[in-house]
Amino acid sequence: MSTPAIQHCNDFVIKFANVNGSGSASANELFARAIIRMGVPVAPRNIFPSNIQGLPTWYEVRVSEAGWLGARGGCDMMVAMNPQTWDRDIAAIEPGGYLFYDSTKPLPPSKFREDITVLGIPLTAMCNEEYEDARQRQLFKNIMYVGALMALLDMEFAAAEQLIVDRYRGKDQLIKANVNALRLGYDYAKQHLPCPIGLRVKRADAVGERIMIDGNSACGLGAVYGGATVAGWYPITPSTSVIEAFSSYCRKFRTDPDNGRARYAIVQAEDELASIGMVIGAGWNGARAFTATSGPGISLMQEFFGLAYFAEIPAVIVDVQRGSPSTGMPTRTQQSDLLSCAYASHGDTRHVLLFPQDAHECFSLTAQAFDLAERLQTPVFVLSDLDIGMNEQLCAPFEWDDSRRYDRGKLMTYAELEAGKDFGRYLDVDGDGIPYRTIPGTHPTKGAYFTRGTTRNPYAKYSEIGTDYVYNMERLRRKFNTAKDLVPAPILKKAAQPTHVGVIYYGSTAHAMAEAGAKLAADGIHVDTLRVRGFPFSDEVMQFIAERDAVFVVEQNESAQLRTLLINEGEIDPKKLVRVLHYDGSPITARFIAGKIADALTDRKISSIGQPQRKVAS
Amino acid sequence: MTYLAKPKLLAADAPRNALGFTRRDYEGAISTLCAGCGHDSISAAVVQACFDLDIEPHKVAKLSGIGCSSKTPDYFLGNSHGFNSVHGRMPSVLTGAALANRNLLYLGVSGDGDSASIGIGQFAHAMRRGVNMTYIVENNGVYGLTKGQFSATADKGTKSKKGVINSDNPIDLAALALQLGATYVARSFSGDKEQLVPLIKGALRHGGPAFIDVISPCVTFNNHNGSTKSYDYVREHNTAVNRLDVILPKAQIEASYPPGSLRRVVQHDGSILHLRKVGVDYDPSDRIGAMNHLQERQALGEIVTGLLYVDSSGQDMHTHLNTVEKPLNQLGDAYLCPGSKALEALNAMLR
Repeated sequence: MSTPAIQHCNDFVIKFANVNGSGSASANELFARAIIRMGVPVAPRNIFPSNIQGLPTWYEVRVSEAGWLGARGGCDMMVAMNPQTWDRDIAAIEPGGYLFYDSTKPLPPSKFREDITVLGIPLTAMCNEEYEDARQRQLFKNIMYVGALMALLDMEFAAAEQLIVDRYRGKDQLIKANVNALRLGYDYAKQHLPCPIGLRVKRADAVGERIMIDGNSACGLGAVYGGATVAGWYPITPSTSVIEAFSSYCRKFRTDPDNGRARYAIVQAEDELASIGMVIGAGWNGARAFTATSGPGISLMQEFFGLAYFAEIPAVIVDVQRGSPSTGMPTRTQQSDLLSCAYASHGDTRHVLLFPQDAHECFSLTAQAFDLAERLQTPVFVLSDLDIGMNEQLCAPFEWDDSRRYDRGKLMTYAELEAGKDFGRYLDVDGDGIPYRTIPGTHPTKGAYFTRGTTRNPYAKYSEIGTDYVYNMERLRRKFNTAKDLVPAPILKKAAQPTHVGVIYYGSTAHAMAEAGAKLAADGIHVDTLRVRGFPFSDEVMQFIAERDAVFVVEQNESAQLRTLLINEGEIDPKKLVRVLHYDGSPITARFIAGKIADALTDRKISSIGQPQRKVAS
Repeated sequence: MTYLAKPKLLAADAPRNALGFTRRDYEGAISTLCAGCGHDSISAAVVQACFDLDIEPHKVAKLSGIGCSSKTPDYFLGNSHGFNSVHGRMPSVLTGAALANRNLLYLGVSGDGDSASIGIGQFAHAMRRGVNMTYIVENNGVYGLTKGQFSATADKGTKSKKGVINSDNPIDLAALALQLGATYVARSFSGDKEQLVPLIKGALRHGGPAFIDVISPCVTFNNHNGSTKSYDYVREHNTAVNRLDVILPKAQIEASYPPGSLRRVVQHDGSILHLRKVGVDYDPSDRIGAMNHLQERQALGEIVTGLLYVDSSGQDMHTHLNTVEKPLNQLGDAYLCPGSKALEALNAMLR
C-alpha cells in the first residue's frame, strides 16, 4: 500500500452503512455513547431514507476531542454492512482510511481499494454458529461489530459494558446476551486483526457536564417546562418525535399523583389545519398550546396563522425543517421555511421566529416561546431542523430557574373589570402595541368581546372604516417592534484580530460555523461572527452589518432566505451581504463554509484584516 | 355597515329567570342579516333556550366559521365570548377551546357551506372525537354572502334563483353525525320555534357531541318555487318524529301524558328529556333505526325533524383523555412546571 494509513487519535470520522430496519441504530448509538463515556466528544448523525425497512441508511460518528460537533465530511473508516451500497461506500473512504466488513462471503479483490486498510471479520458465520433465531442473529451481529471496533480503536471495553448494564437495568438476561455478543466481537478482533489500528480513542476529559439528547426531545421537554397544556398535531417527519417526547414527558411529570389524571391534553388531529385550529382555540381560551410540524404543515396552516396574527392569539409552532419544496427530501435537513414562516399568511403579516442552535436551545427557546406568545399575543415559531431535531448531540445540560414565573402577558382580571377599568380588546393602552385581553368566563357582565378575523375598532366592534383598519395595522407594527427586544439577543464573537468582514448565521449552522471560524483564523482570515437567534432582528444585528464592509450570510437553503429577510427588514444594500448557501440535504460543514468564504474574499480582492477598504452605501 | 346599539328600554315587568336575568341579557348586537332570514329565528331560539335554562352568559363560548350563519353569534349572548374564526374550521377551534377549559358550554354555529363543503372534514372529526358541544348548522342550501351558489346540502334537482338545476347529490349532515358518533342528533326548522327551542335546550344540557341541523330558509336567494329549502316547501314536507320537553332536575313535572305516548331520557347532568310521540312509533335510542328512518323518509321527499337520536350514556373527549377536573387553562405554574430538581435528574440520565 503506497498511501500511508491515517494515524489519528480522538479525531476521525467513522461511518456505518446499514440497511434500515435491521436494528443497527441502537448498536451504533452504543458505540457513540461508549466514546463519550471515555470523555471524548462525538457528534453522531443518522442519514436515513423516507422508508421503514430495506433501504440504505448511514450512521456517521465524528470523534473530536477538540469538540467540533458539526458534520466534517469525508470518512476515515467505513463499516460497510450493506451490500447494496458497497461500491459508493468504498469510494467514500479517505485515502489511507480503513474498511471494516463482514468477511463471511469472500469478495473478489476488485471490490476493494489498494489505498485503504481492509479489516474483515466473518460476522455472519460467527452469528450463525452462536444463535439459532434469525432475529437474534441480526441484532447481535450489530453488537458484535461494535465489540470488534472497540478492539480495533483501542477503546475501553468496560465503557460499553457499563452502558449495556445501564440501558437494560433489571433485565439480566438481556445484559448477559448483549455483553456476550460484544465480547465475541472484541475477542475475535484482538486475536485475528492488527489491534489497534491507526485510528484510536484515548480517554480524555473533554465532555464535561454535557448531556446527549436529540433536539426534538428537547423541544418536547421545553414545552412541558414552558407550561404547555394543549397540543394539537399531525404526524410529519421530522417533527413527530417532538410530540412523542412531549407526551412521554407529560406522562412522567404531569400525571396527577392523587388520581392519575392528565394535566395536559394531546390530540392527534385529522390534518395540520385542524392541529393549528386547536392550538388557536386553546390559546384564545387561555391555555398554553402548541403544535409541531414541518414545511408542508406550515403551508397548510397559512390561513390560520393570519387569523392568529390579526385576532392576536398566542400560539407556539415548532417547525422542524426538512428538504423542500413539496415532499422534497423529507429525511434530509434544510433551513428553508424562514420566509414562509416570517411572512406566513395572506396580507401584511409578520411573525416572531426563534432559531435554536442545538438541543439545549431547543429546550430553552421552546419554553421561552410560550412566554413570548402570551406576552405578544401572537404566533411564535421555533425553527429547528432535522439535523438538530433528529440527531442525538452533545449539548450543555438543561437549566431551569425555579424563581421563574410564566409571563401570561396582559390579561385583564375579574377584579379590574369589576373596578370599572376600561377594556378595549384592541386598544393600545401602554404604547407598546400590545392590548389587554380577557379569557372567556372571566366576568359575568364585563369583558366579553367578539373575536374575528375581520377589521374592528379598538373595542372589538366590527368596522370597515379605513382609519380603524389603519390604527390597527400601525398598532400591530408597534407590537412587532416591541418584539425586537423580547426575542433572544444575537451572539457576537469577535475575531482575534480586528476585521471588517462579518459572518451572520443561525440555527444548526452554529457548530460548523464555530469550526470554520477557527479554520479561517488558522489560515490568517479573520471574521467576526454574529449568531442571530430571533426575528424581528434587534438593532444589534443591523449595527453589525452597518459596521462592516462585507457580511457573509451562511444558511442551509437555496434562495438565501435569511439574507432576504435582512435586506427587507433592515433596508440593507444587497451587495453587502454575500451568500454562503448549502442545500443538498446534508448538514453544512466547516470545510464548506471556510472554503466558500476564503474563495469569495479572494475573488472580491477583499482583505479581512486591516482598515476598511471601501465604504458600502447603506 | 356599522355597529348598532340596542335600545336600552326594558319593560319593568319583563320576565326574569332564576339568575335574575331578562331575555335582553342574552341578546347581542342588532342582526345585519336580511329581513326575514331564518337565521334570526335561530338566534332568538338560542336566546330563549339560554334564558329558560338559567345559563350564566359568561359561561358560554360561542364559536363559528365564516358565512351568514357564522355572523349570528354576534347577534345573541352579548355577554359571552365569541369567536368568528376561519371558513370551515370552527370545529377545530372549538375543540381547542374545549380542551383548554372543560367547564364552559361550547356553542358552535355553522352553515351548510361552512360545515358540509369546505369544513366537512373538521365537522366529521369533531363528531367522532366526542367534543362536548352544541353544534348548530343553519342550513339554507346556498351561499348567501357570495349571492346564491348551491352548497353541498342542496337537494339534487333543486332550482337556484337564477334557474340553474343542481345535479349533485346532497350531503345530509344529520345522517353523517349519526354515523360518526354524535350522541344527540336533531333536525329542526327555523320556522318552528316550538320545536327548535327545546331541541337547543336538550343539546346544551347534553354533555357530549350534540348536533342540530336547522333548515333555515334564505329569503334572498333560496325561497322560490323549485327550492327544497324554502319556507313553503319545508312546511309542506316537514314530518316530526317527536316533540321534546326539557325538564331541569329541580323542576316539578306537572304535565301528564297518555300511557305509551312518552319516552323519558335522563341525561348526565340530571336533566330529563320528555319525548312525546307524534304519529309513527319512533325509537330515538336506536341509532341504526334512526339512520334507516332518515333514508326511507328522505326517499319519499319528507324532511324528518325532531330529536332523531340520543344516547345519554356517551363519554366526551375529556373523559377519553382522562384530563383533570380543573380546567387546563387554570392550572398554575406549580402544577405545570416540574422544576430544576427534576431537570437535574434528567440531565444525569442523559450523560
